[in-house]
Amino acid sequence: MPGPAKGTRQPPSRAAIVEQVRELYDDLDFSSVRRWLAEHPTWKAAGYLPVYAPRELLHACGFLPIGIHGAGDRLEIIRGDAFYQSYICHLPRSVIEMAQSGRLDMLSAVLFPSTCDVIRNLSGIWKLLYPAVYVRYVDVPQGAKSEEAISFWENELQRLVDDLGALSGRRPTEADLRASVDLYNRVRAMIRRLYQLRQERPWDLPTEELYLLLRAGEMVPPEDFLTLAEDYLGAVAADPRRQRDNSRVVIAGAFCEQPPLGLIKSIERTGCYIVDDDFLLGNRFLTHDVSLEGNPIRTLAEAFVQNDLCSSVLYEIKPTGKKETMRDRAAACRADGIIFATASFCDPALLDQPMLRAGAEEAGIPCIAFKYAENTGQFQQFREQAGTFSDSIKLWGAS
Amino acid sequence: MATVQKDRSMQLQKDMIAEHFELLAHAEENHTPVVYTFVPGNLTELIRSFGALPVLPEINALQSGMRKQSADYIAEAERIGHSEDVCTYVKCDIGMMRTGNIGPAGTKLPKPDLLLLSYTGCYTFMKWFELLREEYQCPAVMFHVPYQGDGEMEPAHREYMIKQLKEQVIPALEKATGRAYDEEKLRYHLELSAKVEDDLVAVLQAGKLVPSPIEGYFGTVYYVGPIFSAFRGTEGGVEYYRALREEIEERAALGLGPVTPDGPLNDQKYRLVVEGPPNWTSFRDFWKIFYDEGAVAVASTYTKVGGLYDQGFRHDPSRPLETLADYCLGCYTNLSLPSRIDLIAKYIREYAADGFVIHSVKSCNSFSAGQLHMLRELERISGVPGCFLESDLVDSRYYGQANLKNRVESYLQMLDSRMRGERNVPTPPSKPDRVALKVAP
Ligand code: SF4
Ligand code: SF4
Repeated sequence: MPGPAKGTRQPPSRAAIVEQVRELYDDLDFSSVRRWLAEHPTWKAAGYLPVYAPRELLHACGFLPIGIHGAGDRLEIIRGDAFYQSYICHLPRSVIEMAQSGRLDMLSAVLFPSTCDVIRNLSGIWKLLYPAVYVRYVDVPQGAKSEEAISFWENELQRLVDDLGALSGRRPTEADLRASVDLYNRVRAMIRRLYQLRQERPWDLPTEELYLLLRAGEMVPPEDFLTLAEDYLGAVAADPRRQRDNSRVVIAGAFCEQPPLGLIKSIERTGCYIVDDDFLLGNRFLTHDVSLEGNPIRTLAEAFVQNDLCSSVLYEIKPTGKKETMRDRAAACRADGIIFATASFCDPALLDQPMLRAGAEEAGIPCIAFKYAENTGQFQQFREQAGTFSDSIKLWGAS
Repeated sequence: MATVQKDRSMQLQKDMIAEHFELLAHAEENHTPVVYTFVPGNLTELIRSFGALPVLPEINALQSGMRKQSADYIAEAERIGHSEDVCTYVKCDIGMMRTGNIGPAGTKLPKPDLLLLSYTGCYTFMKWFELLREEYQCPAVMFHVPYQGDGEMEPAHREYMIKQLKEQVIPALEKATGRAYDEEKLRYHLELSAKVEDDLVAVLQAGKLVPSPIEGYFGTVYYVGPIFSAFRGTEGGVEYYRALREEIEERAALGLGPVTPDGPLNDQKYRLVVEGPPNWTSFRDFWKIFYDEGAVAVASTYTKVGGLYDQGFRHDPSRPLETLADYCLGCYTNLSLPSRIDLIAKYIREYAADGFVIHSVKSCNSFSAGQLHMLRELERISGVPGCFLESDLVDSRYYGQANLKNRVESYLQMLDSRMRGERNVPTPPSKPDRVALKVAP
């Protein structure tokens, strides 16, 4: 497994890495992607919306996968509001704003996963607005973990590879596909490692930093992300922080439209350690390595169908699954409480919340819920709510 | 004569529905299995082939809206933690269930023996039945209908669906009903469905006539009630649609317009195509805004969410499972946005419409997300201006009569001046003496 280049360079500091990833986060023009494409003229870029997209296939077909997560609070919406009514979440309007202002014109293809009907319909808008861009609605299988689900998904993935290969002129061989699967297995393993470490030592690995690192991971080549993450782990080890008497919380419901960074910071600064979350969930959608034996498209399809992640964007097969999900998640990361932080008007998260919350509360886990928009600029109210929550957990825990 | 025939179809529908709810009320004591499912992609024929009774929660929700009960039901659902942001059908249904589960006919609805989650064209369906599964503690089966994102039916999708029917759905129905799958029974119901669909299409296409003998949106939601709910593929359904077709043929022959709550609408100044579901809490007031101005809907998309029969689809008893798969794939909400735009543009053309209205409801991302762009695209393609209205399905808090009335009136005034200046639609055919409604694919 390639790590950081050893001996030849000074490992960067935590501050330097955080600055680097913050710059990427702030760069709504995707300058780094454009630069990279200019330096790698045989490659193209493909965007994907939340939540799950098979990034390894994009990569194998010669596309740099770019996560399109909206513009947060960093872009004034001028054109986007002409596309969406006030009762639709903020994400699609900022994505359209970016596209209509030319910020996404380096994308030759865009995948729209079957996250919800807003993203689904956005795929249609994209087809109409940008006929030169390859657009595919990625309809993941729902329901039983069955052979028919695997073959359906395998067929969809094969179709994607055929289309993308034709577009880029790079039709991947089985070996190419396997190499990309392997690379993304390493990316996933690295993210699991980061999450595990944060769970063990949240004071050393603040979520604000982890989040920025993962956002960067969706804008740079996977190899660069691995280097960056290794550097970050090294920098964290070299710069231990003091543990505080904070509450340990899980954030649930923020898997698609991302909260503004200020909101994550606010939660952390009010005495909460975030020990699990579903930000940028697509990164961790597959919870295990994809097998490198056999046909890689088939094994990727099997990995998806047999995956054990519970998510609002997938049908829950197990009748007791919804009730158990948050209890199990909280137990796994030894959380004291759960914060349901959900984008306003987000159907998947908000429709799921009563079931998830009931399960958590039945298990005696304290919960609070609030809604945000990616462009929320005022955090006072969240700070107060999270602060009170954290205090009450501490009191409750001490009693 | 016309009145008698109208009364007959209405009476038939009323009797059919009353009988259905009566059967549901006694389902438990009669050991009749009950299967809940959704309107788009409903597998009524399959359910009935197992001797089970279908329940369509959306129909119950809209009926609650019309009976002014939805506000209390929604309040109850919000009280127990459901967000104000989500689809009000779901909250209305859950609120109804939590407060005694008294259905539209005033009788108690039975618990489901199975939730058949035909996942067709709406994400919310998935959550709705997950929520109901928690409430009823009953089995559920997912039937995943792939979305037609590229605007074409892919053979692999059909195959996937047939396999799901064989491996998941039919076994779940066998288990829930205690009865074995009987393909002959399924064929029998599919045959009846095709007849029902022929007659319904004849009725829908009567909107092409001038004056239109049907109201293709507000009026037609009554006409599609039986086929959307439990009666496609039934003898009662066949009888109802035959009677309805005769009645419409009669009106067409007499050159009469549709009947509105305030009498016939014979003087039709504006022909409109409507996209989006109606508001149910103020249904008549909403309709009145249009007929008061002499506006008639000649075609609509909402009336196609239960199947796009007017585009040629018929249930085919010779390919029972394939036909169920094709049916689901082709429902309106399962179509891509560009396909929806093409269909509406086609309606504007074929029904010689003067304009089109998009009624955008807060509840429904499946319909509403993207409708502003549809408006622009449709105006561009058809050269006809559109009207954009907003309210909700069953949440009266989002319905504003004065605002809607203003918007519609200004829109129609604009259409009026436009029509005086240059009328860009072809001159409608002259009034026929006697019309036999043909089924055009
Ligand atoms: S935030 Fe929620 S509703 Fe909006 S696009 Fe994402 S999943 Fe869909
Ligand atoms: S979101 Fe729309 S299609 Fe889905 S259940 Fe609600 S009203 Fe029906």
